[in-house]
Amino acid sequence: MAHDIEIIEKTPAEYNYKKRNADRAMRGQLMMFALMIFMTLISFTAVQAGFSPLFVIPVILLLAAVQVGLQLYYFMHMKEEGHGLPAMFMYTGVLIAFLTVLTFVTIVWW
Amino acid sequence: MTTAANTVAQKKGFGATLWDWLTTVDHKKIGILYLIGGGFFFVLGGIEALMIRLQLLVPNNDFVSAGFFNELITMHGTTMIFLAAMPLLFGFMNAIVPLQIGARDVAFPFINSLGFWMFFFGGLFLNLSWFIDAAPDAGWTSYASLSLASTGHGIDFYAIGLQIAGGGTLMAGINFLVTIINMRAPGMTYMRMPLFTWTTFVASALILFAFPPLTVGLFFLTFDRMFGGNFFDVDYGGNTIIWEHIFWIFGHPEVYILVLPSFGIFSEIFTIFSRKRLFGYSAMVFATVLIGFLGFMVWAHHMFTVGLGPTANAIFAVATMAIAVPTGVKIFNWLLTMWGGSIRVTTPMLYALGFIPSFVMGGVTGVQQGAAPLDYQLHDSYFIVAHFHYVIVGGVVLAILAATHLYWPKMFGTMLSEKLGKVTFWFFFIGFHMTFFLQHFLGLMGMPRRVWTYNADQGWDLFNMISSAGALLMAIGVIVMVINIIMTTAKNERVGNDPWEDGRTLEWAIPSPPPFYNFAQTPLVRGLDTYWIEKQDGNKKGYIPAEPLSDIHMPHGSFIPFVMSLGLFIAGFGAMFRVEHSWGLPVLIAGLVLTFLSMSLRSVKDDLGFYVTKEEILRTERGSK
Ligand code: HEM
Ligand SMILES: [Cu+2]
Repeated sequence: MAHDIEIIEKTPAEYNYKKRNADRAMRGQLMMFALMIFMTLISFTAVQAGFSPLFVIPVILLLAAVQVGLQLYYFMHMKEEGHGLPAMFMYTGVLIAFLTVLTFVTIVWW
Repeated sequence: MTTAANTVAQKKGFGATLWDWLTTVDHKKIGILYLIGGGFFFVLGGIEALMIRLQLLVPNNDFVSAGFFNELITMHGTTMIFLAAMPLLFGFMNAIVPLQIGARDVAFPFINSLGFWMFFFGGLFLNLSWFIDAAPDAGWTSYASLSLASTGHGIDFYAIGLQIAGGGTLMAGINFLVTIINMRAPGMTYMRMPLFTWTTFVASALILFAFPPLTVGLFFLTFDRMFGGNFFDVDYGGNTIIWEHIFWIFGHPEVYILVLPSFGIFSEIFTIFSRKRLFGYSAMVFATVLIGFLGFMVWAHHMFTVGLGPTANAIFAVATMAIAVPTGVKIFNWLLTMWGGSIRVTTPMLYALGFIPSFVMGGVTGVQQGAAPLDYQLHDSYFIVAHFHYVIVGGVVLAILAATHLYWPKMFGTMLSEKLGKVTFWFFFIGFHMTFFLQHFLGLMGMPRRVWTYNADQGWDLFNMISSAGALLMAIGVIVMVINIIMTTAKNERVGNDPWEDGRTLEWAIPSPPPFYNFAQTPLVRGLDTYWIEKQDGNKKGYIPAEPLSDIHMPHGSFIPFVMSLGLFIAGFGAMFRVEHSWGLPVLIAGLVLTFLSMSLRSVKDDLGFYVTKEEILRTERGSK
């Protein structure tokens, strides 16, 4: 079992630094979580209140888009370092899907 | 912990060897498995091709019935694309790419093995259709109106078999992406990656984006045929053209998934045997990425005659022709790589030299078909058959054959006979042009594609006969190669690290075949053509280690991927026979339960892998010197 794998203990300064960062991240996540619940509430209320669909549908779609962004950037950590490539791949995928749909609605079907 | 049992090269019994292969997660062994699986299906598809050509040898032939002929062409196309060409390329990617980037394995060894077994069981499922009920008969494109009307279970085999195999392909693609992003050795920046690694990377990205549409399309087809859906059924408000769109949104990128890695293989060959660094490396990389991106923007060039209207046809025609530009860049770079190089015409180089004119011809006819008004003439004629065989056989199959010769020593430690290799090349190359060149003219003379037989005296008789004779020459070439492989294996003359003597990239710096942990120490990369640089500096070791020699962490083998794929295979039969047999539904459920149980077993069971100790590495390294 003698593997030369080092176990590196954190110094107190390092430990405090990491802890402070983790606390801050946790606070961010909680806030975003609350915000997302709030946005969901708005969507449900908008439907229940019986506003015109012309108003409700765009609002809900907009909120959904914001929520997707929050989900990705906060809960799936895309805002942190080292996520450049996943982001690039996702945006490429979005671009290809967008161009495909755009092609259909502009030149193929109409 | 288990160490000794995994490393000591001892003679094992048959059972133990079989178990080892069924559970392996080693990328080099999975590469070999892909070669065996893909090679088997390649032979199967080849036999189907020979039967097609035998039927078309003379006019009014009745060697096979019309219905059987449809099954033959469908299974030939589907097998060659999904079960032969792609897996064979995956075989070389698995065997070589981790070595080229200085890695010990792929990022997800378990998923790698799962990808192989899903491909294998999917292919098996598809081909069992020959023995159970009927084989699919609506062409490899399986256009919806035709495939929904097809009686029997043929199309069900197509939809479910490809769904399983396609899932495996998607996993392989994701695994290669993560491997290339995360597992590169220190100093191996993106712009120092060998071109085979680059093209694997881009092809994997294409898999990532192109296979999900196929998955969706196949699910729609499955629902329409087996579960009462109406996605494509016009009578119930469905849209049959949607299948064509979905299929080609997948299908066009698919041809680049095949041909980009082939470009990568040829790029390696040109530099090695011209003893020169690749001309225009960064332009090559840029062209690869651009071809990959544009590949998604041209799918409707397969549908010019559907009636999308002049605007759509014009835009797709222009987009299609745009792809010729980066492709041309590549061709010129290969030519300029050879320019002034000290060229050695070895077997792989011979294939590379044959590839350029063949592929250019396929490209030129491609641009012709891209001109929408002309395509109204060419569509569904033999011209199309000639075109796609020039790109697929002239590009992809030549690359696979070349890679077999180039990488055989690295994978198996023995050198295929050069003499027999050249015999194979000439038989195959001449046979290939004989078969497909005249088909251009058959098409122009009006012979339709996928036609079962034809009347005499329309000027088609002679050309068809020559075409069939060419197919025989190709078959002879392949047989000579099989003989070559058997003889080489029997002789078993071991070769050193760099059997071609002019290797440039990291895979040639380590023993052939490499020890199971690949690099005793992770290499440090100082530039493009890493191994070449070290050779120039007189470094005897072949690479500069980036770390001290220490214990190596390796993953355990696992039988779970096999069982997971087996579950899907069983579930497929259940889904297909659900309606007419009472056992259908239980079998469907049982298969899925098997898959999900083994999946959760994988999740709850912690497998931390094992360590190869320093002493063992030293022992192995000394042994292999
Ligand atoms: C090696 C010798 C080969 C021969 C002699 C051959 C011959 C043929 C023939 C005669 C057809 C039928 C054409 C028609 O009647 O419409 C065909 C179709 C086709 N082949 Fe090949 N082929 C060969 C290799 C390959 C390879 C390696 C691939 C792919 C990697 C391939 C892909 C296809 C496809 C996609 C079709 C269309 C099937 C369909 O109509 O649905 N072929 N081939
Ligand atoms: Cu295309």
